[in-house]
Order: sequence, then structure tokens, then C-alpha cells
Amino acid sequence: MDANVFVYVAHHEGTPDDSALELATAAQRLFPGSGPTAIVAGSGIDAVCQEAAGSFGEVWKLDAEALAYPNAELLRPILVNVLPAGAIVLLPHNTFGMDLGPGLSVKLGAAYVPDVVAADALEGTTLQVVRQEFAGQVSAHVHCDVANGAILTIRPGAFPAAEGGSAGGKVVDRSADAGGISARRRFVELIEAETGDVDITREEVLVSVGRGIEDQENLELVEELSEAMGAAVSCSRPIVDAKWLDRSRQVGTSGKTVQPKVYLALGISGSFQHLGGIKGKPFMLAVNKNPKAPIFQVANVGVVADLMELLPVLTQKIRESR
Amino acid sequence: MDSFRTESFTGNDMEILVCIKRVPDPAENEIRVAPDGSDIARDDLVYSVNEWDNYAVEEAVRLVEEQGGTVTVISVDDEQGEDTIYREMAMGAEEGRLLSDDAFAGSDGLGTARILAAAAKTGSYDLILTGAQADDGAAQVGGMLAALLDWPYASVVNLVEKNGDGTLRIGREIEGGSQEINEIETPCVLSIQTGINEPRYVGIRGIRKVASYEIPVLDGAALGIPTDSVGAAAARVRRVGYFVPEQGAGAEMIEGSIEEMAARIVDLLRAQGGIR
Repeated sequence: MDANVFVYVAHHEGTPDDSALELATAAQRLFPGSGPTAIVAGSGIDAVCQEAAGSFGEVWKLDAEALAYPNAELLRPILVNVLPAGAIVLLPHNTFGMDLGPGLSVKLGAAYVPDVVAADALEGTTLQVVRQEFAGQVSAHVHCDVANGAILTIRPGAFPAAEGGSAGGKVVDRSADAGGISARRRFVELIEAETGDVDITREEVLVSVGRGIEDQENLELVEELSEAMGAAVSCSRPIVDAKWLDRSRQVGTSGKTVQPKVYLALGISGSFQHLGGIKGKPFMLAVNKNPKAPIFQVANVGVVADLMELLPVLTQKIRESR
Repeated sequence: MDSFRTESFTGNDMEILVCIKRVPDPAENEIRVAPDGSDIARDDLVYSVNEWDNYAVEEAVRLVEEQGGTVTVISVDDEQGEDTIYREMAMGAEEGRLLSDDAFAGSDGLGTARILAAAAKTGSYDLILTGAQADDGAAQVGGMLAALLDWPYASVVNLVEKNGDGTLRIGREIEGGSQEINEIETPCVLSIQTGINEPRYVGIRGIRKVASYEIPVLDGAALGIPTDSVGAAAARVRRVGYFVPEQGAGAEMIEGSIEEMAARIVDLLRAQGGIR
């Protein structure tokens, strides 16, 4: 099919986000030869548009003061105005894409496929992709009829970033279509995450604990091990949700991005949201009682064991070896 | 349908609708692929309410306890969904509805949102809450529901406060753990993130208290849903098969007794600079 593909270019401080080049790759793999058009929305975005023109043949500029903060509730009606019938739109699967995408698909009468991790094929108007379910424990082949358009959100990191710089694309100003829109949700302010008593983003050795610790009382075992190692304690989301550790200790896309040399993952299943917060390819040793835990796909070394049995023995051995 | 809200609420009382889903409990099950690959293996699965939905119900009950109103819990399910609705009602919801019809089976996200939208139109709700996502990680139904109702929407919400003028002050949990504060008009749809509150414990006694409530079952006809707009036939997005992801290089697995494994871990950590 002759797909009319658009890629949403998120940007930060005048530069396109990494996600934009990943979406460019995803567009090529999902719709080979489609030559996607970039959409840049914001206020004072000429520099972003110029840079995007290095990676896309055409860049649509939507410049409006009201878009200074990317409020999905404002952007959605604007996109409904500017997009042609049957458009296929790629968004990042993050808190912005989740905000914008589902409603956009309804308003455009387009299909919605969230959190795409790989392309299978495009046969006629049937797009075939791979998604994951149950936090990555199983994958699914998904077919989607894109004849009336589609909104796809693409998992960050699932597709490599495209080589940018030489596309020599043209910037088309569509800002006239972005005016006069109001939304029933208004951005007020951004409250930045706090740094806690320990800054886990600067630690070289992290002992990270997840749901597998089962009980707040068992955290003591983790703290003792961390102390014996001379490391710092971090955690995955469920531990913060349970209020067992402070939010400043959370590793993941909704927490801190860490880059330690050694990462000991204790009872952490390994959701992509958690792994998305670990950079710099540390030596990762994972302990989990579920041999199918996705963390074992990315760890260097894996141990299937009950934490409450293993940790006291491990701590004792480290103390003895000093 | 006459009572369906088109304007913001003005008083204190809020009518809140919470959409919940019964899912295989990730803490109780190892998810496997069925032998023919068409589905996950569903024999002997332990089901519970989707974790995110529990926070949504708690948030609704908290809002109503503080300032008045009622909470209604709804679910698109077969008759097995009743127990899940009772369990969530026991947290403090006065009403429940089971949305159930053979024609609903195989609905995609949009089909499910259409069923929920039809149910929303049978009441006069000021606020609809969903979980931010469920077992399939799609995070789609809340946003679709809002668009179908033409209500404003906010996703991954981790703070809800009433402003007193018919608007809500809400926080969204965005990347890096920052919080995006918004003002949103009601009626609206919010998808609730885990950690927004501490869902209360529900014991057998609590569930017994609500067990005398008869959960109304609403089918497609009662909801006025054209049968060709929901279910498998209407789904534009279809799962055609499941598989277990490639293991990749995978981890080198350490085996042996607890003592042996611990000794090997110490050696490895020391070699990598993990013991300082």
C-alpha cells in the first residue's frame, strides 16, 4: 500500500529527542519505502525543524505559543485538523504517546496499536507487528487493518536510531492550522523529581530490589548485603508504590536513570520500564525465583533462588572474605 | 441517558465510575503460551483485579469519603467478573455493574471502550477512572473512552485534588519521576498510576458485607450497542498468536546449592568490582 506515514518529533531544549530517530527507523521497517513526514509541534521551534530536516524528507512545523508545553489535549484537535485521511502516525510509547494516541485514533477513525516492539510484515493493508504482554513474559503477533489509518506507539529502545543529517528535507509551516484551539486541560507546572539522601545516579555498585523481596521486613536482608558490599540500595517500582523505599531510590523510566558498573537485581522481573532506567551496560547479576523472568534475558549472570534463603548466606560469605 | 453530564459538577458530591478488569495475577502465575500458540495457557490461572485498577478504586473511594458522592464499579467480563466487582465494591463502592454479552467477546481496545462509553451514558458521572494499563500493557482504553464521550483526558495520574470550581488539580507521572501538574475540567476521564495511594485491605468480612448486593448485568441491548461495533468481528486489531520471546544471548545461569551459588556470586562480584 502507499502509506502516508507521519512521525512525531518530541524535542527538548531545541533538539529533537532520540525517540524521533528511532521512530524514523520504525517507520522504514513497518512501512518500507514510505518516506515519513516529521511533525514538530511547540513554540519557537525553527532549530528543531531544521535539525529534523536532516532526517526526514519533509517536516511539518506547528508553531504556536499555546504549544510551549506539549499538552496532548491541545495537540490532538490540531492533529485531527492537519492530518490527511488514512494517515499513519508513529508516536513514542511514553507518557506523552499514551496521553495523545488512544484518543487521536478515535477522533481520526484510525486503528490503534500501542507499544510496538518489532515489525513482522505489511501485506496489503494488514500491518503485522510484535507486541509484548504480561510485562514481557510472552510476546504476541498482532495484525492490524490500517486501511483507514493507524496510530502506532513505538517502545523506546526497540528500534535503533536512524542515521540522521543528510536528508535535506524541506520545512512546511502548518502553524496556521494550530491556532484558535483551546483545551479543557491546562498545563500548570512541572515538579521536578527530588534527589534523596543517596544519589543512585552516581553510584557505581547498586543492589537493587524488587517485588520478589515479598515483605517489608525482608528489606533488612538487602540492606545488610549492600552494606557488606559497600554498595547503595536501589529498587524497582513496586517497592516505591508500597512506600517501603523513597521514590529517589527507584530505577526506571518513571524513576532515575542509573549507570553503575555493577547491578545486582534481586527479585526484579525486568520490565522494559525498569530496564529503560539502566544505562552504560553494567555487569548485571540477577536473582529471581521465576526461571522465566525476563530479567534473565538481559542479565550477564542469572541465579534462580529464593532471596530469603540466598541473601543471608551471601552476606555472610562477603563479610568472611574481607 | 437524559442525566448524562455535559457540564462540570458544581456541588461537592461526585458521581465516580471506575472501570476495572479481571486479569491473570502476575504474582500467582507463570504465564506460558498454550501448545497451539493461539493464546496463553489459561488452565489453572489464578485471576485477580488488575493492579492499577485497585489504585483507581481506592482513589475514587477516598474522594467520595472526603467530600461525598458515590462510586460505581464496572467491568466488561463474563459471569466470572462478579467476584472481582464484589471485591472492589468492598473497598467502599456502593454500586457495581457487569457489562456482559456473548457479542462482546474478542473486542479490541476500541470495542471495550465503546462498551464502557455506553455504560457511562446510563448514569450521570462527573469522573471516570481507569487503571493506567492492564495485563496487555496497552494503556489505551481510558483515552479512547474519553474521546468517545468527548471528555478531557489525562493519563498516568498520580494526584487528584478538587479545586472547588468544578475543575480538578491533577498530577501526571512523567519520565524521570517528575510530576506534571494540570488543571482539568469535569466531567473527565483519568487513568490512574500505581502508587497514587495505598489501596485498603479487603478481607472476607468486607466482601460478605457487599455480597447481598445484586450486581445488575447489562448486555448489548440494555446498553444500546450495535452488535457490529464490538466483539471479534469489529476488531481492527487482532492477536494472531503468542510466542515466548527469543532468549538472546541470555544470562549464564549459576546452579548448585545455596552455599555453592553464594560462593560463585561472591567471586563474580569481586572480579567485577562489585565488592569494595
